[in-house]
Amino acid sequence: MTGRAPLSYEAIERELGGLVERSWQSFGMPVLELRAENLLPLVTRLRDRFDFALFLDVTAVDYPERSPRFDVVYHFYSRRHNQRIRLKVRVPAERPVVPTLAGHYGSARYMEREVHDMYGIEFAGNEDLRPILLYEGFVGHPLRKDYPIEREQPMVPYRTG
Amino acid sequence: MDVSSPIPSHLDRTADAGNVVVNIGPSHPATHGTIQIVAELDGETVKRADVHCGYLHRGFEKEAEHHTYHKVIPYVDRLNYCSALNNGFAYAEAVEKLLGIEITRRCIVLRTLLCEYNRIADHMTCVAASIMEMGAMTAFLYLMTVRDYIFEHLNHLTGARLTYSYVRIGGLARDLPEGWLTRLEEILVFAEEYLERIHGLLDRNRIFIDRTRDVAVMTPEHALNWGFTGPTLRSTGLAIDLRKDAPYLAYPELDFEVPVGIKGDNYDRYYVRMCEIDESIAMVRQCVRLLSDGPVSVDDPRVTLPAKELVYTQIEALVHHFKLVSEGIVVPPGEIYVSHEAPNGELGFYLVSDGTSRPYKLHVRAPSFVHMGGMHTLLEGYQVADVVPTFGSMNMVGGECDR
Repeated sequence: MTGRAPLSYEAIERELGGLVERSWQSFGMPVLELRAENLLPLVTRLRDRFDFALFLDVTAVDYPERSPRFDVVYHFYSRRHNQRIRLKVRVPAERPVVPTLAGHYGSARYMEREVHDMYGIEFAGNEDLRPILLYEGFVGHPLRKDYPIEREQPMVPYRTG
Repeated sequence: MDVSSPIPSHLDRTADAGNVVVNIGPSHPATHGTIQIVAELDGETVKRADVHCGYLHRGFEKEAEHHTYHKVIPYVDRLNYCSALNNGFAYAEAVEKLLGIEITRRCIVLRTLLCEYNRIADHMTCVAASIMEMGAMTAFLYLMTVRDYIFEHLNHLTGARLTYSYVRIGGLARDLPEGWLTRLEEILVFAEEYLERIHGLLDRNRIFIDRTRDVAVMTPEHALNWGFTGPTLRSTGLAIDLRKDAPYLAYPELDFEVPVGIKGDNYDRYYVRMCEIDESIAMVRQCVRLLSDGPVSVDDPRVTLPAKELVYTQIEALVHHFKLVSEGIVVPPGEIYVSHEAPNGELGFYLVSDGTSRPYKLHVRAPSFVHMGGMHTLLEGYQVADVVPTFGSMNMVGGECDR
């Protein structure tokens, strides 16, 4: 296929440099670390200029001893460049908020719900953050490192309506 | 509106007063996989749908953080349990890349062969289940017959029909048993004969076409926006396939096509899967030809258990064995995202290691989960009777979706 040159590191620097704190390569995949307020402008540019039309995944990593405590990790795929890219946003435990990508990608709605379930990260602007893998009444965020694996949950009252 | 439902759905509040809200699932004979669809109906038409999953959530990612790298393997098998080998190979590759291990030539070819072999079984399960729900009992039984031959055959190799625990970091649990490849060819010939019958029964079947053609249609842009991958994305005409775009294992050496659909409806999803089975059969045969003699596991003391006779006779081997089993393998710090083309779509493992013998973080990018996030867009505007064929064509697997 023609025109499927991988995204050059220089192109990333040139186009996105101002929005990115740090960038490096990890096993052939570009990784960009950025601040939460730059997420939406950066994702918009990635989508519109580099054709990152497929939003693959979002998850978080918890580092309890570190400040800010959480990494929110995104993966995207560009068909034009046949390339995957990773974005990392650090968010503090006191205010674990990142803007939602639901306005850019439909798939973000569901995936952000899962991260909200598991880590308690707020996705500002995503109006549907109901539990998805967990249930109404679940206490805590199970993938946080301070959630013990053997913790038991309170009984949920029988629902009738 | 009073709907008895274990989840609060916004449809309970926002549904039009003249419409009816019905609840389908989570325990419903046609939702093979525990999933709940709350649908607002205007007559027979689905106006809006709210898809809710999570009923099979077992905390895979939390468990993975508390187990050594080898002990995660049985959990990985239980993601997409129709094609457990594909999950295992993707996970193993993530760990191997962090360790910097190059697997042996025989292992590369065998893993490729088994990926495609398991893909045949997975696609057959999907097609069989979705047509059975439309009443095609004969076609269902034909496909299940072949699928069961495949599972019995894999049982001969691995010791289990579905959850194999066959992959090892750095290789495979054991080499092929005597006569396995002969039986493989017999099953492939049998499968081809039966697939021909399926084509004869379904391809031009008036009832089947009426139920699937122009139902749940989508454009490529729509599919990308909702994160669809695999046969669901390719049914719209986009030839996005990791086996071509980012070839792993032995795929660069294989000659195969990426079948695509025309307009992304249920019929296309059926047909793309059937064509992929044909391609997979051809790929399995190519892999048999590529298969060379040699060890199936690397000889790397960091990951490979010493030979049993040495464990019983030499203290060094005994200590080595003991350390590998009780402490586990130590993976250098780093993070990696490895994705394979699983039968359902892009299956990604995002692994973060902190340099100990347990994953610091292991996240699965499960195609079924993302597909369920966008499925309501394919239900809305169609008939309530189309819910089941559309759901069937997405091949949601509960184990993978809910993790």
